[in-house]
Amino acid sequence: MSATTKAEETEASSAPPPETMAWDSKARRMVTIYLPLACFLIILLFPFYWMTITAFKPNTELYDYKTHNPFWITSPTLDHIRLLLFNTAYPKWLMTTMMVAVGATVLSLISSTLAAYAIQRLRFTGSQYVGLGIYLAYLVPPSILFIPLATMVFQLGLFDSPFALILVYPTFLVPFCTWLLIGYFKSIPYELEECALIDGATRLQILRQITLPLAVPGLISAGIFSFTLSWNEFIYALAFIQSSENKTVPVAILTELVTGDVYQWGALMAGSLLGSLPVAIFYSFFVDYYVSSLTGAVKE
Amino acid sequence: MSSTTTGWVRPKIEQNWLIRLLDWKPFLIFICLLPAIGLLAVFLTYPLGLGIWLAFTDTTIGRSGRWVGLENFEFMFEDPIFWNAVFFSVFYTGVATIGKFGLGLWLALLLNNHLPFKSLLRAIILLPWIVPTVLTAVAFWWIYNPQFSVISWMLIELGLRDTNVDFINTAWPARWSLIAANIWRGIPFVAISLLAGLQTISPSLYEAALLDGSTAWQRFRYITFPMLLPILAIVMTFSIIFTFTDFQLVYAITRGGPVNSTHLLATLAFQRGIPAGQLGEGAAIAVSMIPFLVFATLFSYFALARRKWQQGESND
Repeated sequence: MSATTKAEETEASSAPPPETMAWDSKARRMVTIYLPLACFLIILLFPFYWMTITAFKPNTELYDYKTHNPFWITSPTLDHIRLLLFNTAYPKWLMTTMMVAVGATVLSLISSTLAAYAIQRLRFTGSQYVGLGIYLAYLVPPSILFIPLATMVFQLGLFDSPFALILVYPTFLVPFCTWLLIGYFKSIPYELEECALIDGATRLQILRQITLPLAVPGLISAGIFSFTLSWNEFIYALAFIQSSENKTVPVAILTELVTGDVYQWGALMAGSLLGSLPVAIFYSFFVDYYVSSLTGAVKE
Repeated sequence: MSSTTTGWVRPKIEQNWLIRLLDWKPFLIFICLLPAIGLLAVFLTYPLGLGIWLAFTDTTIGRSGRWVGLENFEFMFEDPIFWNAVFFSVFYTGVATIGKFGLGLWLALLLNNHLPFKSLLRAIILLPWIVPTVLTAVAFWWIYNPQFSVISWMLIELGLRDTNVDFINTAWPARWSLIAANIWRGIPFVAISLLAGLQTISPSLYEAALLDGSTAWQRFRYITFPMLLPILAIVMTFSIIFTFTDFQLVYAITRGGPVNSTHLLATLAFQRGIPAGQLGEGAAIAVSMIPFLVFATLFSYFALARRKWQQGESND
């Protein structure tokens, strides 16, 4: 790779037209930028394409590559989706997942907004250590915690209840959201709050009427991120939920649709597709918030 | 009329008292921090301690255990499956991180050019990272299917192979397949975060270097890379931690098989702890991940300190 680019580069720079920059010639851009970029896009999107096309393929085409090109469907069918929606508890799983994701998001948004406000704006001795502690909490992965949490959940009598998930998900949502919101609060001029203080506003009035409205983009970022992360969570949901009707979509697809030795690949793919759609739609509305929160949290 | 006046007066008195209490800074700080710190203390710090304690007991599901000292660890250290999981965790993390960062950096550099539809492109690229891991893992499971793998079909059609590729039925191909799936999922995150870092590098540096007659490699080596290093260090720490403790991908595609060859520490801990019910043993395996994570966190801390030093105090 590097050898060819070097060769091209020297070639391009040996005879540059005086106006354009030597390294900006069209053919070179084609080979070094668009071609690799196209490869990346194809590879990154292929599993989604494959998922979609499998979900709409009738079984006769699905298992017969000799007569049907696997990359296309000759007679698309909704059988797999119908099977999923009417013969399994899929709608129920979707509802449970939605409820858990919304519950966990609301809980973590409230607590992390308050925490971020306290750390960033009510500066007190040791506030940066509290911030650091919350940051460190983000580095504790769920894989270490699920076994002790399972015993706790059992003792609290919340085993097999979606409520347990709503309580547990904030452990990875709160650190992230707090960190994100600290960054947002930092960008709001402190003078605004000082003015309000001089005008006799109480701290709560300042938070509600000045800081929060200005931090709305940050709140949206934190909210959609929390929602996505809770929707995608797997290991806690797998460990804490046993009964079929309380499962979340990712867990249910892997444990309920995979039965015995015969996999219903069409239904599996349809389930994956439908389970991805809510986050994907959500994502398409708020792309910029996602990108800014992702990069903002990393930069903080 | 009188009812409205009482209804008006009473909350006002209450509010005054409440507002005065809430305006008292120590109390306000306490109230604000309570939900977050409370949640984290109860569901994160306490379980972390409980997990370490469980590792020294013989707890099983439904029976609280008693202290057995290092017995779990002794058993674990003699268990070839455990050592295999340690090996695969390190190997998986190492290879996947190199792959993710190599390709992610490349993609970020590509995206840093002037391109049409840049934001749309960025949105599409982030998609694999947004969609639930398990669901894409199921898609990979189907792509890796021994009989109906579309990759096998393609290779056979192109005349590169005669038989189906064996992706997940023997140890080494299964390991490489899992690593490939992990890299696929990790590239977007790395690329988009590094792209954010690239965009903060001032173009004037490149102009100056161009005037000095630098080559593309020199510009990358002496400008892009050093300027990117702080953000690279942070993203890499996160990536290493979450790859090392990965669970979903392996559980969805191979469940640790064939013959336990693709167990990561997390999947092994789950298998021993939850379905088999040996909570003590599972906790011991999970706890054995901690030294590694401490190391990665220290790495992150020193990278952050270095960044402060590089940027000066004004940029806090």
